[in-house]
Amino acid sequence: MFFRLFSALVAALLATSVAAARAPAQEFMLDNGMKVIVKEDHRAPVVVSQVWYKIGSSYEEAGRTGLSHLLEHMMFKGTRAHGPGMFSRIISELGGTENAFTGRDYTAYFETLAVRHLDKALELEADRMRNLAFDEKEFRKELAVVMEERRMRTDDKPSGLTYEQLMSVAWRASPYQNPVIGWMDDLRNMKLSALKRWYDMWYQPNNATLVVVGDVEPQAVLRLARKHFGPIPAGEVPTPRRPVEPPQKGITRVTVRVPAKQPYLLMGYKAPVIGRSDRDWEPYALSVAAAILDGGNSARIASDLVRRQKIAAAAGAEYDSYSRLPGLFLFSGTPTDGHTLGDVEQGLRAEIRRLQQEPVSREELERVVTQALASKVYQADSIFYQAMEIGMLETIGLDWRLADQEIERLRAVTSAQVREVARKYLVDDRLNVAELIPREENSAGGNKRIRAVVGGAEVTHGK
Amino acid sequence: MANKRHLLWLLLLCVLVGTAGAATPRIQSWTTSKGAKVVFVQADALPMLDIRVVFDAGSARDGKHAGLAAFTNGMLTEGAGDWDADALARRVEDRGIQLGSGSLRDMGWVSVRSLSEKKTLDLAVDTLATVMAKPRFDAESIARVRQQMIVARRQALQSPGTIASERFYGTLYGKHPYAHPPGGTEASPKQIDRDMLRRFHRTYYVAANAVIAMVGKVDRARAEQIAERLMADLPRGVHAPKLPQPKAVKGGGLRQDFPSTQTHILIGQLGVTRTDTDYFPLYVGNHVLGGSSLVSILGEEVRNKRGLSYSVYSYFSAMRVPGPFLMVAQTKNAKADETLDVMRDTLDRFIAAGPSQAQLDSAKKNLIGGFPLKISNNAKIVEYIAMIGFYGLPLDWLDTLTAKLEAVTVDRVHDAFRRRVEPARNISVVVGGGK
Repeated sequence: MFFRLFSALVAALLATSVAAARAPAQEFMLDNGMKVIVKEDHRAPVVVSQVWYKIGSSYEEAGRTGLSHLLEHMMFKGTRAHGPGMFSRIISELGGTENAFTGRDYTAYFETLAVRHLDKALELEADRMRNLAFDEKEFRKELAVVMEERRMRTDDKPSGLTYEQLMSVAWRASPYQNPVIGWMDDLRNMKLSALKRWYDMWYQPNNATLVVVGDVEPQAVLRLARKHFGPIPAGEVPTPRRPVEPPQKGITRVTVRVPAKQPYLLMGYKAPVIGRSDRDWEPYALSVAAAILDGGNSARIASDLVRRQKIAAAAGAEYDSYSRLPGLFLFSGTPTDGHTLGDVEQGLRAEIRRLQQEPVSREELERVVTQALASKVYQADSIFYQAMEIGMLETIGLDWRLADQEIERLRAVTSAQVREVARKYLVDDRLNVAELIPREENSAGGNKRIRAVVGGAEVTHGK
Repeated sequence: MANKRHLLWLLLLCVLVGTAGAATPRIQSWTTSKGAKVVFVQADALPMLDIRVVFDAGSARDGKHAGLAAFTNGMLTEGAGDWDADALARRVEDRGIQLGSGSLRDMGWVSVRSLSEKKTLDLAVDTLATVMAKPRFDAESIARVRQQMIVARRQALQSPGTIASERFYGTLYGKHPYAHPPGGTEASPKQIDRDMLRRFHRTYYVAANAVIAMVGKVDRARAEQIAERLMADLPRGVHAPKLPQPKAVKGGGLRQDFPSTQTHILIGQLGVTRTDTDYFPLYVGNHVLGGSSLVSILGEEVRNKRGLSYSVYSYFSAMRVPGPFLMVAQTKNAKADETLDVMRDTLDRFIAAGPSQAQLDSAKKNLIGGFPLKISNNAKIVEYIAMIGFYGLPLDWLDTLTAKLEAVTVDRVHDAFRRRVEPARNISVVVGGGK
């Protein structure tokens, strides 16, 4: 068949492109147990530095949710040597950008800047690894900021609320039941002393990984890392909890009724992740299944549900094989007018049945591998992404070199394996459903009372 | 999903700024035989090519039908030439090619990212050319995209921030074509039919109205062939007419109830074009005021000192004709009035006193020192040069940026803000209240 031959040819060419685009990285270990991973990329005189800590919301206990994320905010509020906000100010004056992010399994801090300033960035990161100031007044203000962040991202965002509700009912024991930002009441009751204890427990060099990608020489980065992080002694780091989720029996459903204008559906099936499955090909087969369903506009959900049947205005499937604990294989959908959330659910479940009953075609399998190969090349355009991939894998407890095996693992997945994981994991006893149902009587935008117009008196200007 | 400490760095990535210093990419430019302008940077490190073709075909060209530009743009990737939507999607995705499109107020664009391997790239270029020149506008696809636009509008109206932004543009621009939301209104897609879409496409998606930006691993000769091929099936056409100048409106305020826990606040007025003579002092001045996230006066006053808001910032949106100057924040409903006052006071004091020498030096260090980051990969460079091409900025714009930023002084910032930002002209939009 010409088509197959052409695809095989393209795949071979792509593999060459990937090899050309991806430079190897080097790994070092400091005496205090801090890992340092360096990847060279000499296209521009810039560098990204990321410090990853093995700590996130999945490490938190009931009543203390949001602790890791709030601590991340406090990391910008000064050390003994540098006052509140100084970190950001110094990096800014060096022409850099800096920020941080907290997830369920990690907290990471990064600076992107001209390569000659890497020394300063590492000096500042090492300083705040152990010397953070915990000022009560700064804490009160930052807590208020985080509550505003929660209101903006979740409380006033119907899709955000729906996701939060789905997670909270899907998991009985897994800490993935809690939002990364924390429950509002836990935030209200948060104490500075708890933050400080959290920091002392987890912010240790032997619980951190430094990832540097850019116009650097690995030995030079190692010297800088030794200079700044080397003097910090290793600490006692607890073994994180890894609660085992009890088996689910039957479908869990939750309804979210809030002021909104458009219904929305989320379905999540409990699924294994890489490194935790006794059959280590399963997560890759699930990734292939997700790509066959939603790997672009040619995939099944877009072509069947959105274009052919027109049940959904938008719909998708996603599965993340990289996390510390088992996660959800997620489906989402927004019905078109004239269709209900039930229709969307049935449509998505029909797609699942098809995966369980019919073998996927060779063309579909080949497309998944080709797309994965091409994105590996495209990802090499971003030093930030390259560092992120390494840091994330390392921090959730996997080997960062796994990323380089991904293509081979995906290519090895067979049609029978896709069918097998669909039959095993995309089943009712693993299913959790959240429905966003707009509350009509006081729906968003339905209440358009405008209290003043331009030139009106209600809002006055100037002095 | 990760929570970011502040949203703003994401926004900043989208705002194109920069200065020279490090080696700037060498921009080559020419005009195709059909009259399209090309801007090109050769980058051989990765085996890939980014192409972005930008048309003066944004929602400012909607005329009486809000959303017409976005609707037309959305139809381009729904089938072209011999391929229906399924065949088109398979054609590119079988080769790992990424095809995209989008539109804003000033522009509509299509883009591809492809490996530079010849067979794949030929197919990518051929497909892009067909998508631009021969979209099918199948009746069935039109109905479906119309429905998707209506659903997207409803979802947008669930967000108090989006409503506030739309109210702000509507009030500031009145009858000017920047006034309405680029995605149209909930009702407007229903009034748009196939003839209107085809007419819009025939008028604005033409070679003389296009700028082709390319970055990647091809040489000049190949880039010229690609540019010719991209335009081959398009009529030459004419460039879109000049947009009308927006009229200054009286300052004032508007409050709208919304059942949210936060109140969203937008304060602003008419700002500048990309080529305004005050652009640099205003741009650098705004960096001090609220442009550089937490390291800014607004960030200090609203967030750091008082804990009122998570995401507070200001910007000049430089467009074809004056875009807005805007200050933005959101806070719990009980703190709305206090936040509004702090934002106004901060602007008043900045206009009265100007930046301090230390503040200005700090902002310049960030902008000048940060230039290498702004041009550090192909994705950033292609957006940059597309912007330079689209707004007709000089090709040495990147090379001269450092000098222009260096030349900004405290007095020039102070003077520009006093002349161009008048508190009495501010429009304040406040959406929220929980009702």
